[in-house]
Amino acid sequence: MGFDQYHEPPEELPPATRTFARLCASLTEEAEAIGWYEQRIAVETDPEALAVMRDAQGEEFKHFSMDLEFLLRRSPAWREIAEGVLFQPGDIVERGEEAEAETLDGDGADGEAGYPAGSLGIGSLKGGAR
Amino acid sequence: MNHLLRSLAPISDSGWKELDDEARQRLAPALAARKLIDFSGPHGWEHSATNLGRAVALKSAPCDGVTGAHRRVLPLAEVRANFELSLSELRDIDRGADDADLEPLDKAAHQIAVAENKAVFHGWKGVVEGIADASPHKGITLGNKPDAYRRPVAAAVERLLQSGISGPYGLALGSEEYQRVVEGAEHGGYPLLEHLRKIIDGPIVWAPGVGGAILVSLRGGDFVFESGQDLSIGYEAHDAETVRLYLEESFSFHVATPEAAVPLA
Repeated sequence: MGFDQYHEPPEELPPATRTFARLCASLTEEAEAIGWYEQRIAVETDPEALAVMRDAQGEEFKHFSMDLEFLLRRSPAWREIAEGVLFQPGDIVERGEEAEAETLDGDGADGEAGYPAGSLGIGSLKGGAR
Repeated sequence: MNHLLRSLAPISDSGWKELDDEARQRLAPALAARKLIDFSGPHGWEHSATNLGRAVALKSAPCDGVTGAHRRVLPLAEVRANFELSLSELRDIDRGADDADLEPLDKAAHQIAVAENKAVFHGWKGVVEGIADASPHKGITLGNKPDAYRRPVAAAVERLLQSGISGPYGLALGSEEYQRVVEGAEHGGYPLLEHLRKIIDGPIVWAPGVGGAILVSLRGGDFVFESGQDLSIGYEAHDAETVRLYLEESFSFHVATPEAAVPLA
């Protein structure tokens, strides 16, 4: 249960990829929590309970945003596409297609564990030695 | 295409995969500093300086009535190890050969790992202040008899505790010292490596490029390696027979707590 975020055998994954996977799992959990609070708030009628749940949902907004920012910092291509989509006016799908095309031409795609293409993706090795 | 220009090289996708895998295998065991200190990044090739959070007052000002200060930053350094491979060996990789001669890559990987270890642990004159240079602790004599290593290592741990530096601790051992420890056994046959691990309550790492040994706290926040571009293979040029490539990284290193390490020699 605790290791469900790994799609491949964890012992075969470099530390940077394991960290990346942990934060992807965390991002998913925060998005789920935001959705659950949205549903609860939609049906709740007690004003005090609503205030508590709105405050709790705000916490999840913060957690989701921090997880996302971490992942974008580790994945330049993802960041570049996100910059073309997030907080931009106009048609979302159009912006997405344009950002993807601009980012992924040639070898601009991510390499190992979300690192830039060509990077060996080694990163931190702390915690792996004994 | 990014600045590594990999798509200009006469190397197939499977060839690049083989080269990247080989480099990773060679680098990971030797990158001792990354096993013991904090790693920040990678922040990208465009990242040029680390913020030190400090400013120096300027004597001059643009006009009367104002003062000025210069922010202090730590510029990132670039390190590159060039190597050359035979194109015929790379074609053999495409045919499925599993014994291609990648010795130049192996050598470059070892060289750049040694460079990183030396810069972090012993410094790089005018560029990086190393852990041993920054430490205010007087070096402890390690000697060349491995069965006598326990006392100096225990003394180093005690010195860190006296300075209020908590563990666990990690021990970076130079190549010769590491070999002595691995081979060593105490009276009764108990492996020296295991005994030292118990003393420091942490890992012992092979650190090629390190002279002697250095004990560091692993609690975090004391030593920061900031990576701009993490280790990558790039393309430089080729002719009909060979391709010139390089291993490269950019980084800065900053000691936040000089007393969190003790050198042993």
